Amino acid sequence: MDILITGILLGGTYALIAMGLNLQYGVARIMNLANGEILVAGGYFAFIAFTATQLSPILTIFLVAPLAFVLNWLIYRLMLQPLVNRAKNRGQLETDSILATFGLSFVGVGVMLSLFGGDYFSYSFMAVPVELLGNTYGANRVLSFVMAFLICGALYFWLNHSRAGLSIRAIATAPASARLVGIDVKKLSALAFALGGAVTAVGGALISTYLTLDASTGIVFTLKALIIVIMGGVGDVRGTIVAALLLGVLETVVASLIDPGLTLAAAYVMFLGILLFRPQGLFGKQTT
Amino acid sequence: MSVTKTDMRNIFLAAAAFAICALLPFGDDGYWLGLGVTVAMFTTLATSWALFSGPTHYISLATAAFFGVGTYVTALGIEILPFWALVGLAGLIGAVLAALVGLATLRLSGVYFVIFTLGLAELVRQVITWVQNNTGQKGLYVLTDLDEAGIYWWLLGLAAAVFLAGWLIGRSRLGFALRIIGDDETVAAHSGINTARAKVLLFMVPGAVAAMTGAILAPRYVYIEPSLAFAPILSFQVVIMALLGGASRLWGPLLGVIPFTFLIEAVSSNFSNQTTLVIGIAFLVIVYFIPNGFVGLLDKILSRIKAREGA
Repeated sequence: MDILITGILLGGTYALIAMGLNLQYGVARIMNLANGEILVAGGYFAFIAFTATQLSPILTIFLVAPLAFVLNWLIYRLMLQPLVNRAKNRGQLETDSILATFGLSFVGVGVMLSLFGGDYFSYSFMAVPVELLGNTYGANRVLSFVMAFLICGALYFWLNHSRAGLSIRAIATAPASARLVGIDVKKLSALAFALGGAVTAVGGALISTYLTLDASTGIVFTLKALIIVIMGGVGDVRGTIVAALLLGVLETVVASLIDPGLTLAAAYVMFLGILLFRPQGLFGKQTT
Repeated sequence: MSVTKTDMRNIFLAAAAFAICALLPFGDDGYWLGLGVTVAMFTTLATSWALFSGPTHYISLATAAFFGVGTYVTALGIEILPFWALVGLAGLIGAVLAALVGLATLRLSGVYFVIFTLGLAELVRQVITWVQNNTGQKGLYVLTDLDEAGIYWWLLGLAAAVFLAGWLIGRSRLGFALRIIGDDETVAAHSGINTARAKVLLFMVPGAVAAMTGAILAPRYVYIEPSLAFAPILSFQVVIMALLGGASRLWGPLLGVIPFTFLIEAVSSNFSNQTTLVIGIAFLVIVYFIPNGFVGLLDKILSRIKAREGA
């Protein structure tokens, strides 16, 4: 039982990170492999803010989000928009954006390594036990989950019940047709990319309250987020959340029952299952 | 399948070039031979990588995984089997692994393939570490009488085999099918090409070659442990070198391997902390400034000269 709850708590933050990536891939059509570095940067920010000024990470996210938003907007406008314009077809854009975001990812790691060094960083925030259903859990994990839940809920509501959300979903479904009904695809793609980056950075700030990170862990989170997005289905908020919770639980089960060093193997087993049996995603419809 | 006069000339030139390269250990057996081994290793890896990724445009990041498996084949079997058998066995295992990975991912879009290969090295590393922890083993010693020059010759031989294989594939039905797939997969499927089968078959080549390279290089490391054998950075270096040179020609990657080996060598000996940054910048330079590699630049310059002569 406590494995299940720990897994769900972890999965909540995964959901947030994967939502960020899903916005970037589903709408802006950029497979952003530098996503994990944005996450680690968010974590660093929370770490520095907390150790320097005792600023609570829950407040830090209100600083992290706009900063990450602007940074990601600039990245999209300056670096990725030219690739979108240049690409003759979807495949070429995919290859180009994978290579470009790999470049960004390595540059990000390099910059963080030279700024902060290669050490692990962690801080003690709200490391007090909370009792849930007869077992105890770290208050920071519970709080992160609640925050992730609130943000995911807000995003879901915004995507499904606002004009901009409707336009964004239209782009995700059919980018070419969206233009025909007067949607500014370029502007909204940039917006979705920036928003995705902001969500991921917030996820990083939250995850740093209970996990130790270092400059080069970003890629692991990118990989997990990618697996969640594929499993949940591109552009599918509900699927993403379910997939994230599943991954969180499966990882916790493997870590506590078999070996903590095998978490990636757990994620791969899940990935392989999806690739072989449901490549269109958990709730995706079969396409021909 | 007729061999023309130009083909004969090219084969002769290539053989001569290899013969000259093979003389290196007689000139120097210190720093330059070490660099020669690195260049030969990356030439083999990058050329075989481009054989698959050049025509299909699928970016494979599995090199480190196959390479690591190869080093482990040597490390585990060195007491039992002769070295040449281990290299062959590594190639076989690499090909089978590549076929499995290919069967799982290559039927679907390229993105899934990239993501799957991205974590593959880390996955195999985790599993091997876990097995070692459970059996109480830590690392493995590889003790042979193979010296640096021997490793160099082995790699050179493998490189020659890769070039020959690439040349033969380029002339075969499979090579033709892959070029059509690269241009337009829908057209390829409609003209009766089994696209998934062609891709899986070709992916087995870099898989086998990377495993054999790992098997050959294992004696150089002497002590094998998972984090060394499966260093993911290797996959990225191979991608950069192949794309920097240009994956559209058989000899293209070679043009990227030589300058990038020197660059990384210089950076890692002077500013060892900045290697990641350099790799990142290299990716960006390739995407934004030389998308077709040095081969593409060369073609552009040549066509410009021709146009000027014509005018």
